Amino acid sequence: MTRVAEFSVDRIQLLDAAGVLVGDSPDVARDRNRVIDMYRWMVLTRAFDARAIALQRTGRLGTYASSLGQEAVAVGLADAMERDDVLLPSFREHGAQLRRGVTMNELLLYWGGDERGSDFSGARHDFPCCIPVGSHAPHAAGVGLAIQLRGEPWVAVCVFGDGATSKGDVYEAMNISGAWTLPVVFVASNNEWSISVPRSAQTACETLAQKAVASGFEGVQVDGNDVFAVREVANRALEKARSGGGPTLIEALTYRLGDHTTVDDASRYRDDEEVGRHWKQEPVARLRAFLTTTHEWTREDEETMIESCHAEVEAAVEEYLATESQPVESIFDYLHEKLPSAYAGQRGMALGEEGDR
Amino acid sequence: MNPASADPGSTDTGMNMVEAINHALTSAMVADDSIVLLGEDIGINGGVFRATDGLQARFGKDRVRDTPLSEALIAGLPVGLAAMGFRPVAEIQFMGFIYPAIDQIVNHASRLRTRTRGRLTCPMVLRAPFGGGIHAPEHHSESMEAMFAHIPGIRVVIPSSPARAYGLLLAAIANPDPVIFLEPKRLYRARREPVTDDGRPLPMDHCFKLREGSDITLVSWGAMLKETIEAADMLAGEGVEAEVIDVATLKPLDMSTILDSVGKTGRCVIIHEAPLTGGFGAEIAARLACEGLMQLLAPVERVAGWDTVMPLPRLETRYLPNVERVLAAARRTASYS
Ligand SMILES: Cc1ncc(C[n+]2csc(CCOP(=O)(O)OP(=O)(O)O)c2C)c(N)n1
Ligand SMILES: [Mg+2]
Repeated sequence: MTRVAEFSVDRIQLLDAAGVLVGDSPDVARDRNRVIDMYRWMVLTRAFDARAIALQRTGRLGTYASSLGQEAVAVGLADAMERDDVLLPSFREHGAQLRRGVTMNELLLYWGGDERGSDFSGARHDFPCCIPVGSHAPHAAGVGLAIQLRGEPWVAVCVFGDGATSKGDVYEAMNISGAWTLPVVFVASNNEWSISVPRSAQTACETLAQKAVASGFEGVQVDGNDVFAVREVANRALEKARSGGGPTLIEALTYRLGDHTTVDDASRYRDDEEVGRHWKQEPVARLRAFLTTTHEWTREDEETMIESCHAEVEAAVEEYLATESQPVESIFDYLHEKLPSAYAGQRGMALGEEGDR
Repeated sequence: MNPASADPGSTDTGMNMVEAINHALTSAMVADDSIVLLGEDIGINGGVFRATDGLQARFGKDRVRDTPLSEALIAGLPVGLAAMGFRPVAEIQFMGFIYPAIDQIVNHASRLRTRTRGRLTCPMVLRAPFGGGIHAPEHHSESMEAMFAHIPGIRVVIPSSPARAYGLLLAAIANPDPVIFLEPKRLYRARREPVTDDGRPLPMDHCFKLREGSDITLVSWGAMLKETIEAADMLAGEGVEAEVIDVATLKPLDMSTILDSVGKTGRCVIIHEAPLTGGFGAEIAARLACEGLMQLLAPVERVAGWDTVMPLPRLETRYLPNVERVLAAARRTASYS
């Protein structure tokens, strides 16, 4: 017998659950302002999240997918990305979208059922949310191919959940990205649950990262509640992709602290004890602990930041609530570049004009 | 109330559509242990709409299985199971996610009997909630039933009330061939009605006449029957008696019930939520033109969703046909001379 191939999967953690650096200290951890900046994006994301849920509860927002507990994956990734890289999010990466220039008002519009929420004023090349799970992974390969064909130094970053890794299109996208050495970073944001289905029921694999092996490229696990590690691992993967080294799959180990969405009730399928355990690992408190011990972050600093985040969120909420619905003709007017005349009758009827049929 | 705990056979004072589906599944599973349920979140969570609530606890994890997140698999597994003698009932969480399953439906489920000349068959049911009106997120509100009605070799069934959901689902499960069972989720909790939990199926392949009338025929299915019946009631106030037909089984289509009715009324309006072009209303209108032209006293009208991408919730009500549109079309048709 000859062993023809061998594989291993590494896990990277830089900041432990108590907020203490373990292993090599990344440069960014020494830069107080940079750490505060990342911390603020995470705090802002969490403040946004809480407000979005409150809006939904009072009938002013549609179904909303909370990112509570997963802020470090989103912010760490976006922090590592270049402006011209392309983010292809699923639906729980609010922090990454915000960090890349999508406005809170736009996020609220989207989740409030208004298409203008996907017409980002910043991050113009980024893809909108992808609700059909995993179906955006092939787009990431397509974006990667476009970048490769043009010889540009950018990277497509595709984020999906643990559940998504069971879908064929996700594997198909990874496979082609490996075969064609495309500049794509796949991120499996493993929050341990796919609605009520635990990660262990999705696959017999010990790690999701190893799904990269069958696609011919590296898969790596990272502590997804450690923003330094996420940023570090993302940086490496992005640099590799930028320099022609092809794709990487990052499995970010995190946890969905909230319900799946505002129409879910997680108490039906998981117990408080488990959730409580994961609250001890969560990313925001961890980074706050690090800031406090290492960068003299004070209670006043904290209060000031929280206040300013809330103010920012409130301003966005006001703007959102004051946004008039689109006119009814908008249903037609983005269907094609120019609406074919065949639709004129229906458009007229929608407007309440007496159209011929 | 925990629907799964109700005694089979008891006459309940009321069930909504989700509860009726739950009872139908329960009744079928009690009677036939070759029935297995598959789908995402159907086990401990009871399905995101709770259609399978309590069933895993009652029938065990072998018969009520959570699958990984994979719709191609959810349609493909049942083909294998069914060919081996099981009767799988699989749930696609929302119709918007059924598309990876189409390969399995078109290329396999629908033609297994034909291509093996009956050696292997495919008695599977694929359930999927569909349609708009509940302010759901993107991709959760479309009505694409006509796509399925186009596929040879499957049945397409759409209930419009708790009792019909109960009886038609039992019929779909008992049927020896594949059935796509589309559940109008706007009706899931809209209304309760007495449903006799006696395990008795209703006939598939037949339209249901929901209201008798001699002036005009209103043909619809699924959620739009709500607006259709409201319109019929208002028309009655105007002295126009509408006959209301619930198509219920789109494929195979019971055209004779529709033709009989139009033979009597001479006038027909077809109402559906799905986009107009290539919608199932087109098939009915074509059949009326082919087989009922001489009975028609007015052009057939269709009231349908626009030929656009389904808008997100804020403009959803401007997409879905409303009572006013049904009424306007019915008035034009009834008064046409
Ligand atoms: C293809 C598809 N099937 C089903 C759904 C319904 N659904 C929405 S999210 C979800 C679970 C996704 O789990 P995971 O990929 O782990 O992402 P998470 O929600 O945990 O972030 C399901 C089943 C969907 N949106 N798309
Ligand atoms: Mg998950």
